[in-house]
Amino acid sequence: MRNIYLIFSKELKSYFTSPIAYVVITIFLIITGYFFYNILATFSLISFQAETNPIIARQYNLLNINESVVRPLFGNISMIMLLMMPLLTMRLFAEEKKTGTIELLLTYPVKDVEVLVGKFLACVAVFGVMLFSTITYPVLLILLGEPEIGPIVTGYLGLFLLGVAFISLGIFTSSLTENQIVSATIAFGALIIFWLLSYSMLFAPPEIGRLISYISMTEHLESLAKGVLDTEDILYYVNFTLLFLFLTLRSIESRRWRG
Amino acid sequence: MIEVKELVKEYGDFRAVDGITFSVEKGEILGFLGPNGAGKTTTMRILTCFFPPTGGTAKVSGFDCFTESLEVRKRIGYLPESVPLYLDMKVKDYLEFAAALKGVESGEVDRKVARVMGECGIEHMAGRLIKELSKGYRQRVGLAQALVNDPEVLILDEPTIGLDPRQIIEIRKLIKELAGRRTVILSTHILPEVSMVCKRVIIINKGRLVAVDTPDNLTARVQGAGRVALGVRGPAEAIKERLETIRGVKKVVIDGRRDDGTMGLSVEFEKGVDPRPEIPEAIVGSGWDLLEMKTQELSLEDIFIRLITREEGMVQ
Repeated sequence: MRNIYLIFSKELKSYFTSPIAYVVITIFLIITGYFFYNILATFSLISFQAETNPIIARQYNLLNINESVVRPLFGNISMIMLLMMPLLTMRLFAEEKKTGTIELLLTYPVKDVEVLVGKFLACVAVFGVMLFSTITYPVLLILLGEPEIGPIVTGYLGLFLLGVAFISLGIFTSSLTENQIVSATIAFGALIIFWLLSYSMLFAPPEIGRLISYISMTEHLESLAKGVLDTEDILYYVNFTLLFLFLTLRSIESRRWRG
Repeated sequence: MIEVKELVKEYGDFRAVDGITFSVEKGEILGFLGPNGAGKTTTMRILTCFFPPTGGTAKVSGFDCFTESLEVRKRIGYLPESVPLYLDMKVKDYLEFAAALKGVESGEVDRKVARVMGECGIEHMAGRLIKELSKGYRQRVGLAQALVNDPEVLILDEPTIGLDPRQIIEIRKLIKELAGRRTVILSTHILPEVSMVCKRVIIINKGRLVAVDTPDNLTARVQGAGRVALGVRGPAEAIKERLETIRGVKKVVIDGRRDDGTMGLSVEFEKGVDPRPEIPEAIVGSGWDLLEMKTQELSLEDIFIRLITREEGMVQ
């Protein structure tokens, strides 16, 4: 436990002594803030028109703040997360491999799994700060309107689990290479494929379509953002994370048996 | 303290270490000599549990480097050749991190870090970022992290490479002082370094053990006969012929004309004979000028070449 904590705090410090954490979090908040403003402005414009014009009101029979603001906002946040997370994870192992510090670290009396968990948790912590900063958006909604709290809470849970899954995949690609750009690029590619997999459902036979929809990352976020708390969705993210952490561990250990 | 038996490490088809066996006693400083790619670093990485051997065993303090790697890792201090440090950390923070990770008790960390910074002469750098330090000071920080857990065994991979001469002398002195009761393995390709610091030397080449001996014995063993370099003014060929008539001279080689117009020759003697007193007489007596005469020590390169060619000759 002490070793995990030591690695964790060292990694966390290095996120905040270098500009990485500040830059990523700032850009993330600017973009999500921009989306939030636009979604909310559109919503209030339509609401205003619907109030004065019954024909428009009939067209938008779903003028619900959760459906029209919170859900699209979560969709946008998750997309921006996809663009930001590989930038947080790419250095975790690749940098240590490049500078050679991994050789010293792995000859200290520390287990590989402790190194991995320490680094993973540090990245999760940075991501946690980043995601938690967006809490101002729903708080504003609560102050201005009357959104349902439940779907907001499950939506955040979904975003958090999704982000953690992104991190595990990012760490894995970082452990494969000593080049940070290669690591980030593979992570982007893999995440986007997992993301867009649901498109293939349109053409696939129904049985395979069900499988694809289970593997796709988006499908699981959708139901959580709607406020449906299903263990299947939670387990999906947990399994996804564990699988890639396991693969990372194997990848670090591969130095032991690879020729 | 350290026992290595029939150690083999293969990278794909390439055999980097090929059946090396040696042992190091407690408190001994062992020099590890070899040309680049001889398998020095690979052997050290096996001893430090970075990766396991393909075959054979390595034991440190009775613990196997593969099956009881955590026990081994608690007992060693390692400084890799490239001195990999976290450049964005401050010296003191880094050493505290290393100390804690190497199992120093929380209450002891401050004391041990302070001690090791004193020993390595880096107290005044405690608050500096490692990336701001010179190569020499980084080397000291590297040594400090290796020593911070008070290890029984110290493994140093080319600790003086890339330093300027003054720094080299300082680091050597430091290693000698710090060794104390510890067992040290030090790899290098500089012979004087070995004779200054180590009591025993292992020479490896192409993954095989070539020789194990004290530095003095080793030099004596391959040197066999002496050699002098001469600076002479006069006709080279004639001088060569005259010198070859001296009893005990084995071979005379003309090195060529130097910038100042003198002729350089090197004279090799047979074993057990010292014809040096006769050389000036032979030259001056023939009417030429002897401007320079210098006994030549065998360089490490010569020793390598001799030991290695001898070994390869035996194999054939």
